[in-house]
Amino acid sequence: MRVRQIAAAAAAVALALGLTACGSDSEVTGGDAPKSVAQKAKDTKKIVIGIKFDQPALGLKKPDGTYEGFDTDVARYIAKELGVPESGIEWKEARSENREPFLQAGQVDLVVATYSITEARKPKVTFAGPYYVAHQDTMVRVDDDVIKKATDLKDKKLCKAAGSNSYKRVTEGPPDGKLNIPAKTVDASSYSECVAKLKSGALDAVTTDDLILAGFANQQKGAFKVINDPFTDELYGVGIKKGDKETCEAVNKAVTKMYSDGTAKTLLEKHFAGTGLKLATTVPQFVGCT
Amino acid sequence: MDQLFDFSPVFDHHEKILEGFEATVRLAVVSAVLSLILGTILVAMRVSPTPVLRATGTFYVNVMRNTPLTLVLLLSSLCVSDTLGILVSDDPRTNYYWFGVFGLSAYTSTFVCEALRSGINTVPLGQAEAARSIGLTFTQSLRMIILPQAFRTVIAPLGSVLIAMIKNTTVVIVASYAEAAAFMKEMFDDYGASIPIFLGFALGFMVLTLPTGFFFGWLAKRMAVAR
Repeated sequence: MRVRQIAAAAAAVALALGLTACGSDSEVTGGDAPKSVAQKAKDTKKIVIGIKFDQPALGLKKPDGTYEGFDTDVARYIAKELGVPESGIEWKEARSENREPFLQAGQVDLVVATYSITEARKPKVTFAGPYYVAHQDTMVRVDDDVIKKATDLKDKKLCKAAGSNSYKRVTEGPPDGKLNIPAKTVDASSYSECVAKLKSGALDAVTTDDLILAGFANQQKGAFKVINDPFTDELYGVGIKKGDKETCEAVNKAVTKMYSDGTAKTLLEKHFAGTGLKLATTVPQFVGCT
Repeated sequence: MDQLFDFSPVFDHHEKILEGFEATVRLAVVSAVLSLILGTILVAMRVSPTPVLRATGTFYVNVMRNTPLTLVLLLSSLCVSDTLGILVSDDPRTNYYWFGVFGLSAYTSTFVCEALRSGINTVPLGQAEAARSIGLTFTQSLRMIILPQAFRTVIAPLGSVLIAMIKNTTVVIVASYAEAAAFMKEMFDDYGASIPIFLGFALGFMVLTLPTGFFFGWLAKRMAVAR
């Protein structure tokens, strides 16, 4: 008797799973794929945007379920220009390793998630923008007087966050790296852990894009400082599914407008004022839609 | 679609993948030895006639076994090493390697202990009574009569514990030691997350765990106690 009950329950579960699977399938195939994101956004007044959920001052999900940061504000502005009101935006977490697959599979329409435009990524993704040019910089404890420029990192303990290759620009020479300084790397699972280790003294420096560092410095005011010795250009682009040039042009137009009407300056100052970071308030040179 | 089957990142960077697995093997081998030793000590405590030792052993096993490994590893690296400033080595990678091993062993040893304890329960009571009646002390009877038989009956479950431990090395990154899984994440960042890279690493783990399983299965059959 018992066996039959279990079998029945299992069959019911299998059926339910099968039904939901069918449901989501038909949704995917039902949407019209060939339409560009810009066209779709205009027609449906809805857009799915991939952002970071864990990057203070750039893309952060707050405990009350709202999103804040420079990236999210830029995304809101672009969505508005594409004809989507804020209520029509669906936010989705796009971690660094998910960004390309999400775009390729059409799970997100746009990615605005500290997404650097690189040669390696160009064949897979169409980039609009950049909407900001960040620079790789270094963050140290506020009482650190030894590390004043990037070359001071020699033999210092430098954080190597899993899933990020920022450290290579310091420890290796070209083509992958830049400075070729023999720093001791210390592994960490994320930049938040890097920051915790920096605070406890287990590390001497954290290096990555200055906007990300400024976000952390702002979150824990008075604990860290960014040394302001930039050594790379990181072109933050808006990731779009490969080949969708129409959307790319539309996003570029929105970015140009964001700078010309002063919104960019307001947003940058809102999120990064007081970090000592030099902010660029002129529209960056676009890379062109390919 | 073509990117789904593009295995070139795997082949072009196989030395990087191997470097990741070298770290995994280093962690697994030393942790296996340490957790076997620590597990044996723990089981001796748990079956000992001294109430204080028994209570301590039970307490340790129940706390460790019911704490997520991630927390154990964080405790070992972030609290003990970073905050208390206890360093095994001045080189950060060596230092965090050892704290990773300590955390992993402290956790795995509780499972070794419980496997061994179930093995001790299969040794007939008469064996222990006979050992006592010829004048062996508790330690002697455990060492010469009970544990050798217990070990032989639990070889297969110990194999499972070992396989679980090999796979558990993937969370050692929270103790700041990068092994295969962390190398995979880095490759995801460099070349974009793709199924071929994932498959390459999954295969690497199978190369480690499948032979382990077969070896312990074979050993369990060979060493089985005939009763």
